[in-house]
Amino acid sequence: MHMLAPDSAQTVLDVRTLVKRFGEATAVDGLSFTVHRGECFGLLGPNGAGKSTTLKLLLGLLVPDSGQISLLGHSIPTQAQTARLRVGVVPQADALDPDFTVAENLVVYARYFGLPGDQIRARLPALLEFAGLSQRAQARVDQLSGGMRRRLALARALVNDPDLLFLDEPTTGLDPQARHLIWERLRNLLAAGKTIVLTTHFMEEAQRLCSRLAIIDHGLRIALDTPEQLVHDQIEPQVVEVSGDRVAEWASYAAVQQCCRRLELVGDTAFVYCDDAGPVIAAAEQFQGLRYLKRPANLEDVFLKLTGRDLRD
Amino acid sequence: MTPPRFLPVYLRNFLVWRKLARASILANVADPLITLVAFGYGLGRLLPELDGVSYIAFLAGGAVCMSAAMSASFESLYSAFSRMHVQRTWESILNSPLVLSDIVIAEWLWAGTKATFAGCAILIVVFLLGISREPTLLLVVPVVVIAGLVFAAIGLCFNALARGYDFFTYYFTLFLTPMIFLSGVYYPVNQLPEWLGEIAAYLPMACAVELARPLVLGRLPQDAWGNLLLLGAYGLAAIWIALKLTQRRFAA
Repeated sequence: MHMLAPDSAQTVLDVRTLVKRFGEATAVDGLSFTVHRGECFGLLGPNGAGKSTTLKLLLGLLVPDSGQISLLGHSIPTQAQTARLRVGVVPQADALDPDFTVAENLVVYARYFGLPGDQIRARLPALLEFAGLSQRAQARVDQLSGGMRRRLALARALVNDPDLLFLDEPTTGLDPQARHLIWERLRNLLAAGKTIVLTTHFMEEAQRLCSRLAIIDHGLRIALDTPEQLVHDQIEPQVVEVSGDRVAEWASYAAVQQCCRRLELVGDTAFVYCDDAGPVIAAAEQFQGLRYLKRPANLEDVFLKLTGRDLRD
Repeated sequence: MTPPRFLPVYLRNFLVWRKLARASILANVADPLITLVAFGYGLGRLLPELDGVSYIAFLAGGAVCMSAAMSASFESLYSAFSRMHVQRTWESILNSPLVLSDIVIAEWLWAGTKATFAGCAILIVVFLLGISREPTLLLVVPVVVIAGLVFAAIGLCFNALARGYDFFTYYFTLFLTPMIFLSGVYYPVNQLPEWLGEIAAYLPMACAVELARPLVLGRLPQDAWGNLLLLGAYGLAAIWIALKLTQRRFAA
């Protein structure tokens, strides 16, 4: 059978009807998407949605039950080792080598790619500079802050000058300063022509970085588009968050029901999705003891609408 | 010629060891020294000669093998498990072009190397204390290498099955320590009931002791080929099983 040849110049990753089962459980359930050269593609999903399993499948670390993956023109998992020569990975847990200094972490990791010593040493200053760790080259990993560790993990993923970077939740657990610095570095990489695939459950991160994103849940792709288009297509333009003790009573009034397109009651807050916030606010103001907040709908609203508000632990 | 794929992983472990080498070498020498002095001199005073030699000379060959087996087991269980499970070092290596078998082979050879260090450390002690100065001591080195690789491979099988460090306590208590007592490390195997002695002769530790002891005492071992063959079979079977079990662990 002749597989449809992806446009190799522009397609760096092509995934078709990917399926992975663990015993009875289906972790990835017919996932398809394509990543183009130079874009930042986001995989969004709640915990357990199949994001990490998908990354492992894409790298050839797990064998799918069915489906096709083409990574940088190589068929995965059969040609995964060749493909991984041109790929960088920032794992969720950093997985830095605690026995080594910052510089040693980079040098030792570069050897796994078969890079000769002089080539590694030549690249070292630029990598340390990129990670903002030039002054810390001889520091031990356990002396680094969380942000520094993540930047070192990012620099480590660049030792082989990859065409494509996979980042598994790149800013989870970082403070806002550290997070913004990582975002800035990732934008630098995109500007330099790298392609990025990242998983995240930070909507702000997805909205700021991703040119396109797929929302997945239960191993299924439930949406795929640019962040702006997803917000435009999937959700009402305005949101009014109304809260107070008697919000449930307020929400049950016909006057409220008529002026909203969708209403979700969570605890003592009603999320009112509508085309025009005016009548909703007027209704809220007529009712004693309610507070309200009006804002435009965002990606998080889309995410919650598509994946639900139930906790995923 | 391109270097073997496992080499960078082996070098990684060597670099870490080099950083901590002073403490590691001290432990390598102190441990067997204590065993030899405490059992050899202490217990030896109370014992008549064994096979025509002093007890400490009898013990030396067994102690070399035990030291190699212990060192290989610690490295392939506790240390390898730390790298595989706790530090996730293996996971980050797998994101490079290397594959799991490269890592397992590197860990195997590295644990074998550590066992060789440990076994040779005790050989040097044996030489320095004058327990034996036979030229055949040099032939004990290859026995130590082979025994180290066998126990490293067995250790990696258990490593692939472990859920936590506690699991390794069972390995030492239920597997390695009984094997040491059944393999003629501390006393001749003919002290065991006959049926038990016959079975015990097939244990990998017994094969190693059968080779090392005569060489320490300046004799050539009887049935050297049989014991070498058996050790080789144990080592190859164990590393094959270790590879399969580790691959199964990482596919889940």
